[in-house]
Amino acid sequence: MGILEVSNVNKRFGGLQALGDVNLDVAEGTVHAIIGPNGAGKSTLLNVLVGKLIPDTGTVMFNGISVLGRKPYEINQLGISRVFQTPEIFTDLSVFENMLIPCFAKRDGAFRLHALESIAAEKQLIEKAEHMLAEVNMADKRHMIASSLSRGDKRRLEMAMCLVQEPRLLLLDEPTAGMARADTNNTIDLLNEIHEKRDITMVIIEHDMHVVFSLAKRITVLAQGTPLVEDTPENIKGHPKVKEAYLGEAAA
Amino acid sequence: MDAIILQVLNGLDKGSAYALIALGLTLIFGTLGVVNFAHGALFMLGAFCAVTLQKILSLSFTVEDPTQKDFLGNPLKVDTPYVVSWFGDATGNAILNWSVPLAILFAIPVMLLVGYVMERGLIKHFYKRPHADQILVTFGLAIVIQEIVKYFYGANPIPTPAPDAFRGSVDFGVMIGFAENQIIYPYWRLIYFLFSAAIIGAVFAFLRFTTFGMVVRAGMADRETVGLLGINIDKRFTIMFGIAAAVAGLAGVMYAPINSPNYHMGMDFLVLSFVVVVVGGMGSLPGAVLAGFLLGVLESFASMNEVKSILPGIDQIIIYLVAIIILLTRPRGLMGRRGVMEE
Amino acid sequence: MLGLSKKDTTFLLIVIILTLATPILLQPFPENSALAQFNAGYPDLMQRFAIFGIFAIGFNILFGLTGYLSFGHAAFLGVGSYSVVWMYKLLSYNVVPGLILAIVVSGLFALLIGYISLRRSGIYFSILTLAFAQMSFNLAYSVLTPLTNGETGLQVYLNDPQVLMDESSPTSPHFFGIVMNESVKLDVGGWLFTFSNGYYFCAIIAIIVFYLSMRIFRSPFGIMLRAIKTNQTRMNYTGLNPRPYTLAAFVISGMYAGLAGGLLAAMDPLAGAERMQWTASGEVVLMTILGGAGTLMGPVLGAGFIKYFENIFSKINDNILHTWFAALPDGIEDAIVFLIHPFIGKGWHLTLGLMFMLVVIFLPGGLIEGGSRIWNAVTGKNRRKKHDAEHHPKPAPHVS
Repeated sequence: MGILEVSNVNKRFGGLQALGDVNLDVAEGTVHAIIGPNGAGKSTLLNVLVGKLIPDTGTVMFNGISVLGRKPYEINQLGISRVFQTPEIFTDLSVFENMLIPCFAKRDGAFRLHALESIAAEKQLIEKAEHMLAEVNMADKRHMIASSLSRGDKRRLEMAMCLVQEPRLLLLDEPTAGMARADTNNTIDLLNEIHEKRDITMVIIEHDMHVVFSLAKRITVLAQGTPLVEDTPENIKGHPKVKEAYLGEAAA
Repeated sequence: MDAIILQVLNGLDKGSAYALIALGLTLIFGTLGVVNFAHGALFMLGAFCAVTLQKILSLSFTVEDPTQKDFLGNPLKVDTPYVVSWFGDATGNAILNWSVPLAILFAIPVMLLVGYVMERGLIKHFYKRPHADQILVTFGLAIVIQEIVKYFYGANPIPTPAPDAFRGSVDFGVMIGFAENQIIYPYWRLIYFLFSAAIIGAVFAFLRFTTFGMVVRAGMADRETVGLLGINIDKRFTIMFGIAAAVAGLAGVMYAPINSPNYHMGMDFLVLSFVVVVVGGMGSLPGAVLAGFLLGVLESFASMNEVKSILPGIDQIIIYLVAIIILLTRPRGLMGRRGVMEE
Repeated sequence: MLGLSKKDTTFLLIVIILTLATPILLQPFPENSALAQFNAGYPDLMQRFAIFGIFAIGFNILFGLTGYLSFGHAAFLGVGSYSVVWMYKLLSYNVVPGLILAIVVSGLFALLIGYISLRRSGIYFSILTLAFAQMSFNLAYSVLTPLTNGETGLQVYLNDPQVLMDESSPTSPHFFGIVMNESVKLDVGGWLFTFSNGYYFCAIIAIIVFYLSMRIFRSPFGIMLRAIKTNQTRMNYTGLNPRPYTLAAFVISGMYAGLAGGLLAAMDPLAGAERMQWTASGEVVLMTILGGAGTLMGPVLGAGFIKYFENIFSKINDNILHTWFAALPDGIEDAIVFLIHPFIGKGWHLTLGLMFMLVVIFLPGGLIEGGSRIWNAVTGKNRRKKHDAEHHPKPAPHVS
C-alpha cells in the first residue's frame, strides 16, 4: 500500500481522452517521477491530484483518504504540498513574512481570527521559520522583498515554504523549468538533500531527463494519457516502449 | 396584454441608453482592458453637445420692432437669432427647431476628438496599471468633466426639446391591432429606440464586416498575439476608444429631449451601465446590448402600480437585485467569456 | 507596551499627543490676522477630521491590506447614523447605546453584504458592493421611509418616546452628561483655542480604533490579509481558505464605517440617506489612496487633508482672492483671480477630482510615499524596495 494511490482515473475533455485508466501507486518515502512527451496528460494528472480537476471516474486516495472534490486548501491540510512551475510566493511580502504564513497555516489549519495577537509573541513559530530559512541558506535575505529575489532563490523560498509545513507528500511541477544549468543542478542538490534529511515522499513531473534521472527512485512514463511503464530509472533508460513514446520509433 | 406591451415599450428607451453606454464600456474594456468610470461623463457630454448647439443656434441680436410697442409705449425689442436672419424665417426656424437631430452631426467630431484626447492623454498610461488604478483615475476624470460642465452650464437641467414634428405621441396600439388609446407612446422615444438600434447595428456591422473590425475583434480575443503579427494594434485601439466615446455621446445627444440634461446625469447612468455590463458578461458585446434592454424593460415592469403594490419599492432596486442574483449564479454574466476578468 | 513593539509604541504616543493637541496645532494664526481663515481648529471641522479618519482607517483594513476595492462603504456609514438617531428617539440623547447599536448593526449588515460580494473578486467585487450600496440608498429613500424618514432625513421629534429622558437630561447628544456641543474657549493673546467636548470624544475613540488597527496590521491576521492581496493561489496551496479572512476584514471595516456614521449623528443628531450615496463611498476611497493605502497613518492623513481643503476651498471667494493678489497690477490680478475662480467655492469638487487624478497618476503610493521619497532625497538614502512594495496597492491575482 502506497501513500498515494491513483486507481482507474479517466478524464475526458470533450472528445479528447486526457487520462485513460491511470493507475499509480506511490510508495511512502520514495521519489517518484512522472515523465512523458508533451500532451501526455502529466499536467492533467497533477491537477487531479491537487483537487483542481475532478476525474470522470476513478479514485485518488492519499493515506487512505480520498482527495477528490476537496478544495486545494483542504488537500494541503491533509499533508500534500505543491511546488509550481513558476514559483508561487507572496511577492509583496518579505522573505521572512513569506515563511511565517505556512507556519501559521500549520498551526491553525482552519480559520482563526487572531486579529489582536502580536506576531512577535509567536516565538516558536518565528524560530521555526528562521530555522527553515537557514536550512535553505536564505537567512541573510530574510528582509528582502520576495519579488526582488532571483529566480533560483524564489524557487528555494517556495520549497522552504512547502517544507516548513512538514508535508507527507511534496508535488513538484517541473521544478527546474526555465532554469539555467547551474540553477538546475543547485535545485537537484537541494531536493536530494531534502529527501535524504526528511524522507519526504515526492512526486515530480518533469521534462528534463537529466533532472529525472538524478532524482527519481521510480519512474512512470505517461503517453497519451495512459501509463506506459513504471520501473526504476536504470530499467527505464533503455526501455524500448519509452523510446517509442518519445521518439515515435513506431517501427521498433 | 396591452399593459405588458406598454411596459416593454416604456422600458425600451431607457434600455436603449443602457445598451449604448454598456456597448461603449464593453468595447473599451474588451479592446483596451480598461475599466472606464468616465464613460457616463461621455454620455453626459453628448447630451450637452445638443445643449451647446441649441445655444449656438439661438445666438441672437436685438432689433427694435417699430410695429410693436411694449407696455411703456416704446418700440418692442425683439431677439432675432442669427440663423433666422441669415436663412430667412422658414429655414432659420426649422434649423432651430431641429437642433437636436442636427447636434448628431455636431457631436460626432466633438466626441471623437474627446475620445482621442482622453485615450492618448490619459488612458494609454494606464494599460499596464491595476484595474483599481484605472477605476480611480477615470472616476477622478468623471468628476472633473462633470464639474467643468457644471461650471459652464450651471446645476439646473436645461430643457432641450425635440423638433415639433416629433412632439406628442403615437397610438402604437392601433398599429398592432389594439383598440384606440390603449398603447400611447411618445414619438421621440420611439425614435430614440430606432436610433439606438441603428447605432448598435452599425457598430456590429463595422466590427463584423470591415478589416479594421476584424483586427479589433481579434485583439479583444488575444491582444498579444495580434500585436505579434505586426499589426499596430494600439493605433486601432485609440480609434476604437474614439468610437466608443462617440457612441456614448450620440446616446446622450438623442436622450436630451427625453430628460433635460444636467451635469450629473452621466454618473446616474454610469452606475447602472456598469451593472448592465456585468450582467451581460464583461467583454461580451451582444451581452451588453441584451442586458441593457433586459434591465430597462425589467425596470419598467417593476414600476407598474400592480407590481409595486405587492412589492413596494421594487422599482428602485430591481436592477441591482437582478445583478446580484445573476452574478452569484452565473459568475460570468449572461454571455461572458471564460477567462475575462477572472484574475 | 500594549502589545506593541517599541517603535510602534513611540509612534502611537506621538499620534496621541498630536491628536489631543489638535485644537492648538490647527490654530497657528491669530484670530484677527488675514491668515485666520486657514485655521482649522474649530470643533465642527476637527470632529470631521476624527470621524472621517476612523472611516478611512477602517476602509484601509479592507482595501489597503487585502486589495479588495469596495465601492459601497458609505452604506455602512448611513446605517451607523440611522442606528444612533433611533436610539435618541427611543431612549435618550446619550450616545453610548446608539454607538453600540451602530457597530453591531453595521457589522451584521457587512456580514451579509460581504458574504455575498466576496464570492467574486476584482472588478466584480467592486460592482457588487456598489450595487448593494446603491440599493440601500434607494431603499432608504423610498420603501424604508418608516425607518429612515426618506428624503427629510431621520431626526428626533418632541413626541418620540425617549423613555430614558427625565427633566435633568440634556436635550442634545451627550456622553453620560458631557454635552457634545459644549466647549471651552481660551483666548491667549489673540489666539483663540476651542476645546470642544465633541471633538475630544471623537478623538479618543479615533485613538482607540487607530490603536486597534495598528494591532491588526501587526497581527498574524494582518499578514494573512496582505498575503491574500499578493497571491491567493499560494494561500490556497498553503492550506488556508482566503474567504473567511477577507470576510473578517470586510466586517471589521464595515464596523469602523458604522462607528464613523454613528459619530456623525452623535455630533449632529440627524441622519439622511445622501450619506449612503456612492459619491460618499468614492470619497473614502480617495482619502485612503491619497494618504497611502496599506499604510497605518496614510488614511488618517488623507482624510484630514481632504476635509481641510474641502473646508478652506469652499470658503474662499473672489473677494478674498482679490485681497490676496491686490499687490499685483490690476490686469494680472484679475487674470489670476479669473483662473483660480473655477477651483474655489462651489468649484471645490473640481479641485477634488483633479487631485484624485493627479494622485493616482503620479503618486500611487499616496502622501506617505511622497513624503518618504522627499525624505530619502533629502537624506540621500536610496529608496528601499521594501517601502515600494508595502505601499503600492496592487490587485491580487485572485483564484476563481
